[in-house]
Amino acid sequence: MTWIEGRFEENVITTTMEQAMNWGQQSSIWPMTFGLACCAIEMMAAGASKYDMDRFGAGAFRATPRQADLMIVAGTVTFKMASRVRRLYEQMPDPKYVIAMGACTVGGGPYFKHGYHVVKGVDLVVPVDVYVPGCPPRPEALLEGLMRIQDKIKARKVTRGEMALPVPHHSGYSALNV
Amino acid sequence: MDIQGIHSILLERFGESVVGSQTFKAIDPWIQVSAASIVEVCTFLRDDSRFLFNHLNDLCGVDYLEPDAKKAAKFGHEPHVEVVYHLSSLKQRHQLKLKVVVPRWKHNVEGQLPVVPSLSAVFGIANWHEREAYDLMGIHFEGHPNLRRILCPEDWIGHPMRKDYAFPLEYHGVRGR
Ligand code: SF4
Repeated sequence: MTWIEGRFEENVITTTMEQAMNWGQQSSIWPMTFGLACCAIEMMAAGASKYDMDRFGAGAFRATPRQADLMIVAGTVTFKMASRVRRLYEQMPDPKYVIAMGACTVGGGPYFKHGYHVVKGVDLVVPVDVYVPGCPPRPEALLEGLMRIQDKIKARKVTRGEMALPVPHHSGYSALNV
Repeated sequence: MDIQGIHSILLERFGESVVGSQTFKAIDPWIQVSAASIVEVCTFLRDDSRFLFNHLNDLCGVDYLEPDAKKAAKFGHEPHVEVVYHLSSLKQRHQLKLKVVVPRWKHNVEGQLPVVPSLSAVFGIANWHEREAYDLMGIHFEGHPNLRRILCPEDWIGHPMRKDYAFPLEYHGVRGR
C-alpha cells in the first residue's frame, strides 16, 4: 500500500513513462521475415499455432526491415549473404535487436571446419543481442531467446540508455533492473 | 539397350581414339569419351533412333586428388579431373553414363583451367550444370554462352571443390576462420 493507491477512481493506473514505454515495446516486437537455411523452418514453427509466437506480441513478421525491431538470423550466413544481412540490419529503425538462432549463426556450426563459404558467426557481421544455440534450436528455445530480448527491453532506462544485461533465471523471470 | 550394345555401336562409329575400351565391371558402368568429341558423341546419342537420349539428368565434375602426401600412395588414381554425364532416354527407357577425363590443369600449368567443350547447344540444361562445374570445380567449358559463376559470388577466388583449395582467410572484411 503506497501513498498513491486508492487516491484515484477505478480503472486509473499509475506507472512511470519508462515502464509504460518499455512494456509497450516489449509486447510488440516485430521480427523481420527472413530465413537463411534450415533453422528458418523452426522459426516458422515457432510462429505457427502450436508454439504461437504471437503470445509475446512478436508474431507480426514484417516483410520490410523498415517496420521491424527484431532480426532473427535463422540459418547459415554465407559470405555472399553477409553483406545483405548487414544492409538489412542497417535499414532497420532503432532500437533494434538481433537474435542469432542456431549453431551456424552462433559460430559457424557444422560448417566451422569445412565450410569455405560460411561466416563463422553472424556476430562478425552484425551485433548480436541473444544467442540461441542448437542445430536447429527447438521453437521453445527461440521463444526463450525472445523472452531474453524482452528482458533486455524491460531493463532499458529512458534517461540512462541501456542497463546492464539482466541475468536469466531458471524460474523464467530474470533479475531486473531494480 | 544395355551399355555393351551402346558401346559397340559407338566404337563402330567413332573409333577407338574417341570411345575408350571398358570392362563394364562397375555397378554403375560408364563409357569414357575423349574430351574433343563429347559434343559429337552426345549429338549422335540424342538424335539416333536407336538411342534417343533426350534428357541430361546430371553433369558434374569430380576431382581425383589426394592432397595428403601420406595417403596419396594408397590413393590408387592418377590426379585428374573428370566430367560425368548422366543421360537417359525417356522414349527408349535406358540410361547411360559418360565420362570425360582431363588433366587437373591445362598443360599442367597451375591456374590454367582444363578445357572441355560445352554441351549447352545439345542439351539446354547443360548450361547451368556447366556453370556449376566451372564455379566449383574449375573446368572451362569451351563454347558456353555465359560461363560465369553460378553459386559463389562473382569475385570469389578459386574453385572450392578442388581438393587442394585453400579456404579464404577473409572475404570483404569478414574473417573466414
Ligand atoms: S544451425 Fe543447424 S539447423 Fe540451423 S541453419 Fe545451421 S545447419 Fe541448419
